[in-house]
Amino acid sequence: MTTLAFAILLLASLAAYVLNRRAATGIREGGARLHSVSKYHGLFALLLILVPVLVMILVWLVVQGPIINAVVMGALPDGTLIGLDTGPIDLILAEIRSIAGGRIFGEPEPWKLAAAERLTDLRQRAALGLVVVTALLCLVIMVLARKKVSAGFRARQGVERIISGLMIFCSVVAILTTVGIVASLAFETYKFLRLVPLTEFLFGRNWEPQIPIRADQIAAAGAFGWIPVIVGTIVITIVAIVIAVPIGLLSAIYLFEFAPRRIRAVAKPLLEILAGVPTVVYGFFAVLVVAPAIRSFGASLGIPVAPNTALAAGGVMGIMLVPFISSFADDALSAVPQAMRDGALALGATRAETVLEVLVPAAIPGIVGGVLLAVSRAIGETMIVVMAAGLMANLTLNPLESVTTVTVQIVTLLIGDTSFDNPKTLAAFALGMMLFLVTLVINVFALGIVRKYREAYD
Amino acid sequence: MTDIPSGAVARPAMDKVRASLSRRHRRQFILQALGVTAISLAFLMLFILLASLISSGHKAFTQTEITLQVFIDPGEIRSERLPRGDFDDVLAAALVAHLPSVDPNDRAAMRVVGGILSNGAQFQLRDRVVADPSLIGQTIALRVPVSDPYDQLHKNLLDRTTPESQRRLDDTQIAFFDRLNGIGAISTSVNTGLLTNADSRFPELAGLKGAIVGSFWALLTCFLISFPLGIGAAIYLEEFAPRTKLSDVIEVNINNLAAVPSVVFGLLALAVFIGWFGMPRSAPLVGGMTLALMTMPTIIIATRAALKAVPPSIREAALGVGASKQQVVFGHVVPLAMPGILTGTIIGLAQALGETAPLLLIGMNAFITSAPPTPFDSATALPTQIFIWADSPERGFVSRTSAAILVLLSFLILMNAIAIYLRSKFERKW
Repeated sequence: MTTLAFAILLLASLAAYVLNRRAATGIREGGARLHSVSKYHGLFALLLILVPVLVMILVWLVVQGPIINAVVMGALPDGTLIGLDTGPIDLILAEIRSIAGGRIFGEPEPWKLAAAERLTDLRQRAALGLVVVTALLCLVIMVLARKKVSAGFRARQGVERIISGLMIFCSVVAILTTVGIVASLAFETYKFLRLVPLTEFLFGRNWEPQIPIRADQIAAAGAFGWIPVIVGTIVITIVAIVIAVPIGLLSAIYLFEFAPRRIRAVAKPLLEILAGVPTVVYGFFAVLVVAPAIRSFGASLGIPVAPNTALAAGGVMGIMLVPFISSFADDALSAVPQAMRDGALALGATRAETVLEVLVPAAIPGIVGGVLLAVSRAIGETMIVVMAAGLMANLTLNPLESVTTVTVQIVTLLIGDTSFDNPKTLAAFALGMMLFLVTLVINVFALGIVRKYREAYD
Repeated sequence: MTDIPSGAVARPAMDKVRASLSRRHRRQFILQALGVTAISLAFLMLFILLASLISSGHKAFTQTEITLQVFIDPGEIRSERLPRGDFDDVLAAALVAHLPSVDPNDRAAMRVVGGILSNGAQFQLRDRVVADPSLIGQTIALRVPVSDPYDQLHKNLLDRTTPESQRRLDDTQIAFFDRLNGIGAISTSVNTGLLTNADSRFPELAGLKGAIVGSFWALLTCFLISFPLGIGAAIYLEEFAPRTKLSDVIEVNINNLAAVPSVVFGLLALAVFIGWFGMPRSAPLVGGMTLALMTMPTIIIATRAALKAVPPSIREAALGVGASKQQVVFGHVVPLAMPGILTGTIIGLAQALGETAPLLLIGMNAFITSAPPTPFDSATALPTQIFIWADSPERGFVSRTSAAILVLLSFLILMNAIAIYLRSKFERKW
């Protein structure tokens, strides 16, 4: 039925295009001088139908499901839902839906069967309603648009206004995304802070989010202090940066200044491959190869190494960041004006001296900006640490031990079916909020440095 | 004017320079050596990464199979009871025919014998009999996969020298297998199931079809949303937007959005799309919408760069013959920028294909044993499937994970190759 609605919309807008175009051509052939070419009369009608009706259909589809569910659940016999949590209510709804879909397990109660019948009925009515409303709306707009066709009608301006509006809407989506991120995180974090005080979250030194789901379960009491989690993140980030910065910088300097053209032509695409490998692959690599290697190396030296050590996760993350840093450093070095290079070489400096004492200092803001962006990437990187770092919060600075990170906690707390009213779930959003804020500050700062510096030399 | 002294004259500054020269050249040599070391280290890691994936993954591209002469016993399987029937007993009986040392009435031994075959073997037999009930009472040749431990044994991934108690197969089981191998029943074939089966708990049956279809739906949704939105926003910002506070804010905002951690987009999708709008969990549609929000900044940035590269003379010429601003942009600038825009879009989509964390948060790591027929059904995606398999304890999933990664990487290489081809073929230098 939804497909039918879209088909009607498509056909109606095409029909309106043809209709209005013909009408405009007719006027022109009648001897009048059109303001706009007849193509624009057709386009105007097409857009006039396409845009509002498409919005209507999409809103209908989004709203339809929740409304039908609410009506079905509201019409259940009195008292069936009293005293139930959101979890069991969702289960009942899911069962009704699966009955309506024809998958019946066992012998459901008669009221569930009735509700399923109601659900099917409502769905059919909603689908029919959508088609009817779409058809009517298309017809009405078609007639309105047809009436507009006249020699003096400024169809081109009309079309351009609609297209301008569409483009402005597209740009606003980017802002809406940010607003959506901030709003959703802030809302859930607010709910979290009503359950756990802010001071405990910010300064607590215990992170044990596995709180009991039912009253009779034996589990940790639940502690939500993010200090060990952020310390773990910092440890892994430091390991990654310590590996990535020297390798990335030195390879950028080598490729920029010393490498023969042929090596550059091979090395740059290879670095791009390294940058294009998905992080889940790096995570698997860390688990399969790097962690066992570090472990056996540690064992041969007699040092105990945890199975999911921060060193493995951080090391692999460092490899991931090498191309990132080297490409930023390359950009920064290339942006230094040729005159400075020539000046240094003319004074008799060796190429190494030119690079180290003239180019790198001149490029340092760009390099620092790139390193800061790499830090923000490392803090926000998820899959490598989810697969290779630990799950238990462990307040330590030793990279050979297992630590956990903000992103690991977010993923482990939210994997699986969880409801939104539980401090465990909300804690993930609070961590997400902190992650967003920290990376945002670093990014704004880094992007600011990079841009300002680029302008200075341009 | 002073006389220029003739002959060798002491020039102390020059001597100083000469004396330091070898030291300075040595420093340059050290810097170069460090650079070569650094870049070789990076490539060594890339090599180890690929080599370890290929060496563990290539074994999953073949599957050990066994060919059996199965007598479909009318005593066990009756046409009126189909599709029910003791197909596993029928298969075990066919195996025992080759293993004279086993007593067919010893149920424990029979279970061990039945364990040689993959759990999917009985369903394969069932499907054949259901399709053609006249097979009951006949003997048919059936080729089915063996179960994971025997598959590992045949691929030499199971060390026969480890003590029996620590091995996944004991000596009798290995003896059974060797006997079957000795009579030529065991064969190896290309594992097409890796691409045509959906996920399964049994490594020898698990395939990527569900994940590939799920990724396809998610990428399609992502493309349909992010491509028009991204191009629209980029054209507006580059060609039409007045330099106001608002356009500055949008610009800074887009650059920052490109650097927001992907897991935060997952949180957004979980709270807004699933929590507030009530969209289905685990659906590729929601995954695609999330990926679209992440891909949009990439597409916007690439499109703006492509638009900037179109020389102003094109615009001026079109404006000069009386075109409106929009006619200039849509009739001339955008078509000329299209190769660059498409290249940026494909690279953005390739990034989206490898993205895992946001999909995990919206539940695209569910255990689904069929390919999703529509974008609204629960599904996994290629990277989340890799994550699930990497977490599975069965040994057979290790090589499957590597194989899945190789499949994912080949899709990425394909997309990037298309992008590079487009760039080299159609991009114009002005």
